[in-house]
Amino acid sequence: MNNTIAIFKREFAGYFGTPVAAVFIFIFLLFLFGLTFFFGFYTGEPTDQADLQRFFFLHPWIFLFFIPAISMRLWSEERRVGTVELLMTLPVTTFQAVIGKFLAAWCFAGLALLLTTSVWMTVNYLGEPDNGVILAGYIGSLFMAGAYLAIGAFASALTKNQVISLVLSVLICAGFVFAGTDMVTDPLGVVLPAVAIDTIRSFSFLTHFDGITKGLIDLRDLIFFGSLMICFLLANAIVIDFKKAA
Amino acid sequence: MIEIRNLSKRFGHLQAVDNVTFNVTKGEVLGFLGPNGAGKSTTMKMVTGFLEPSAGDVSVCGHDVLRDPIAAKKCIGYLPEGAPLYGDMTPRSFLKFIAEIRAIPKTERAGRIDDVVSKVHIEGVMGQRIETLSKGFKRRVGLAQAILHDPQVLILDEPTDGLDPNQKHDVRQLILEMAKDKCIVLSTHILEEVPAVCTRAIVIAKGKVEFDGTPAQMQGMSDQHNALSVRFNSSSGVQIADLEVIEGLREVRIGSPWGDESCFTLIPSSDANAMQSVTDMATNRGWKIEHISIDEGRLDEVFRQVTGGTAS
Repeated sequence: MNNTIAIFKREFAGYFGTPVAAVFIFIFLLFLFGLTFFFGFYTGEPTDQADLQRFFFLHPWIFLFFIPAISMRLWSEERRVGTVELLMTLPVTTFQAVIGKFLAAWCFAGLALLLTTSVWMTVNYLGEPDNGVILAGYIGSLFMAGAYLAIGAFASALTKNQVISLVLSVLICAGFVFAGTDMVTDPLGVVLPAVAIDTIRSFSFLTHFDGITKGLIDLRDLIFFGSLMICFLLANAIVIDFKKAA
Repeated sequence: MIEIRNLSKRFGHLQAVDNVTFNVTKGEVLGFLGPNGAGKSTTMKMVTGFLEPSAGDVSVCGHDVLRDPIAAKKCIGYLPEGAPLYGDMTPRSFLKFIAEIRAIPKTERAGRIDDVVSKVHIEGVMGQRIETLSKGFKRRVGLAQAILHDPQVLILDEPTDGLDPNQKHDVRQLILEMAKDKCIVLSTHILEEVPAVCTRAIVIAKGKVEFDGTPAQMQGMSDQHNALSVRFNSSSGVQIADLEVIEGLREVRIGSPWGDESCFTLIPSSDANAMQSVTDMATNRGWKIEHISIDEGRLDEVFRQVTGGTAS
């Protein structure tokens, strides 16, 4: 536990060692707000409703590019610089290191998400939104970010090149996002039975995130994101151990 | 304190370490020598638990590195090759991080850190980002990290590589100070370091142990062991032929690679007292000896012999 905390602290502070973190958060907010206010309304007529549906609608898509950027350096950088040898010869278990790093990235993502709450204040100023729904949206978003990060951490463990790690995690995450879109399920529906299509759809971030943004925190959705995190963090640890034996 | 049994490591087709067996005990400073790619670093990585062996066992302070890695890692201080460090941290925050992971009690942390910092002389750069430090300082921060928890076993992969002669001297002093109650393994390419700090040397080539003994034994294997270097006054006009008649000499050659014809290297046949014979001869013939010395033996020559490089 202490080891995990020590690694967490080091890793979290590492995000702020350079101005990159501030720049990252700035661009993240710029994109999220910009798209929400200028393009978020293409989905239909203005509704005159004080809610954050269109803000949350964008999260899976914005996360697709921003979250892997948070996780790409977790292991790649250690491997490139060689510090992984230092870290893994300290008396820490692989899993303590995996968890410590993941939590640091998750907290950083949480911080970025926390800074978007100005939009929450805005809708409260303009109208009377259902704050419960918005809170549910934030919780769902945080869980989804965790799933993206776990995938990103796994991809980062595979290579010492951060760019490859970024591309790889964007690809895997894109798979999980697009699995729920009609453009994937419609053509597949021609060749695959409905059960298979439902299964594919059930792996999509969109399917699980959609309900949450409407205010329905279904435990199953949170379990989906939670188990995805556990699976990819286990895979992350296995990759690290495998490289030891290779 | 370190027990290595039949240790092997294979990377695909490459047999990096091949059936290596040796022990290192407390008080020993083992110099680990070998050409690049001989398997030194790979062996050290297996001892520290960074790599898993393909076959064989390693135990450190009685803990099997494979079965109980955490207990083994607790008694090891390790400086990996090239001293990799977190460049975005300062030495202070880095050492605090290490102290936390090494579970040094909170009340002792500051004291321990001050102690090692003064040992490796990095007081002046404690607040500077590590990536901005010179190679010498980085190496010393790495060393500070390795000795922070006062480990029983210290494994240093090329600790003096890239340091200037003063820094090398400091590091050697530090190793000598710690040697008494620790077990230290260090790899190096600098052969003069071996008699200076090591109590024992192991030469490894192509993954196999080719020599294991004291630095003196290693010097003894040299062709030049006990060879006499003599320089006569040039007016003496000594020729090779004049010296070749001396009894007990196996070989006489011009001693200077640049052909200074008054310098000679005389290689005695075993245990002949060549010094006496030469000085006697010089007195009889009236030659003036300007310089005479007995060679301890050339480690680089032995190194080339045992590692399969071309011996001179």
